[in-house]
Amino acid sequence: MFAAGCDVGSLTSKAVIMKDGKIIESVIIKSKARPWESADEVMNIVLNRAGLTMKDIKSCVGTGYGRDKISFVHEAVSEIACHGKGARWLVPTVRTVIDIGGQDCKALRLDDKGNMVKFITNDKCASGTGRFLEVMAKVMHLNLDELGEMSAKSKQPVTFASACTVWAQADVIQHLNDRVPIEDIAAGVNNAMASRMSTLANNIGLERDVCMTGGVAKNSGVVNALEKQLGIRIKRIRREDPQIAGAIGAALFAAEKANGGAK
Amino acid sequence: MITAGCDIGSLTAKAVIMKDGKVIASKVILASAQPEKSATDVMQRAVEKAGIKMEDIGYCVGTGYGRKHIPFMNSEESEIACHARGAVWQVPSARTVVDIGGQDAKAIRVDEKGNVERYVYNDKCASGTGRFLEIIADSLDIKLEDLGALSEKAKGKLTLSNQCVVFAETEIISLVNEGKEIADIVNALHQAVANRAASLARGILVEPDAVMTGGVAKNAGMFASLERALGVKLHKVEDPQINGALGAALFAADKVNGSGK
Repeated sequence: MFAAGCDVGSLTSKAVIMKDGKIIESVIIKSKARPWESADEVMNIVLNRAGLTMKDIKSCVGTGYGRDKISFVHEAVSEIACHGKGARWLVPTVRTVIDIGGQDCKALRLDDKGNMVKFITNDKCASGTGRFLEVMAKVMHLNLDELGEMSAKSKQPVTFASACTVWAQADVIQHLNDRVPIEDIAAGVNNAMASRMSTLANNIGLERDVCMTGGVAKNSGVVNALEKQLGIRIKRIRREDPQIAGAIGAALFAAEKANGGAK
Repeated sequence: MITAGCDIGSLTAKAVIMKDGKVIASKVILASAQPEKSATDVMQRAVEKAGIKMEDIGYCVGTGYGRKHIPFMNSEESEIACHARGAVWQVPSARTVVDIGGQDAKAIRVDEKGNVERYVYNDKCASGTGRFLEIIADSLDIKLEDLGALSEKAKGKLTLSNQCVVFAETEIISLVNEGKEIADIVNALHQAVANRAASLARGILVEPDAVMTGGVAKNAGMFASLERALGVKLHKVEDPQINGALGAALFAADKVNGSGK
């Protein structure tokens, strides 16, 4: 029995196909202007790679900001629920999940059974979201991966007077003009990002194990900085790409639905 | 007796010269990277305009974020104190001053003498400051000073769903792509900036009469939007951008006259 999850985000769209509790295929694409176009494309690609058609999928759950606009899903489930579910599947001992999306950030806490205890989101301010890193990488002429790796070489990270993306961007440009080493600016950017995330995470009360999902979880500079600021170890997700955690959660919900609602 | 005030802001530098309780010259220039140079430039030009010499200035008070670098000042005052003082001098009935500058916004409650009772200040978030307007004007390829006239042509009702400058910029680009009228978009932008500044101002409980100062007050569309957002009538001052420098010049006159008002 095949179940699928489709997570349409602001920047990327993800699809996962599962069979008997195992991932058989997953895909990440850049989102299109219209969420339903992203959904159709990512789903077509994942089905193709798996050698399946939509008819083979017994149940499909959609999530992400565009979830209500996906034509082929049987049900839409909130991102919070999907990220919690996906994170627990990836790291069974997880109790706190920090998810950084392209335009938002969330922190959520689960109990020992995986039920949601508490969550908090920010989608009002670009600071602490993927957008912050994107803006900084752009003015530094780096791609996002480089921004993460580069900070490891820093000896003297810069600091920013304000968390605001607009003001921090002006500071980054100033530092570049002042010939500050690029790795020190990169480390400063990652620290600023982590500091904003840690405020959010501390607000829901941290409990071990802590893990990070979303694309930013692949940025070692941010993860290391966040670990330092929270004073707690962050369990790295190695089983799968942390960016597909939401889609995994959606596929797990789909499988439950197909199996008749067992948890 | 001639006194002067010099206000070094993030984007502009302002100077006001007063003689016997009257403004005899004022000048606004774009600030350079060196605040010392901005201060000297703007004061020299104001001095020329007044037809006096630098030595004729009996006392000069400096204010603004770059005030520590003004080489010729005799003493300094906070921007909050100067804006309060300048606003009450211009509009004696003023009890609330909302000042929107290039990189900050402040709301100040004042008593009838121009003393500061309480104030709130935002320089941590670009939303609700002049920078919001600057960034959007730039991405719409419109001159900052043309925004006001443009918004007066607005017909449709458009509101922005984002308060964050970064997210609002993306939203505005998609509104342009959807074919929405630029005038309507600019009007929505003014409302967004005004709503943010108004929510800051509500933190000190806005009391009439209210005055809007700072460079952003020169934008008629912003002025009208802020009036709507605050729900009180706003008073106009002649040149809202020099209000801080004016307050500084008034403090300078106090020093010379040996305190009091």
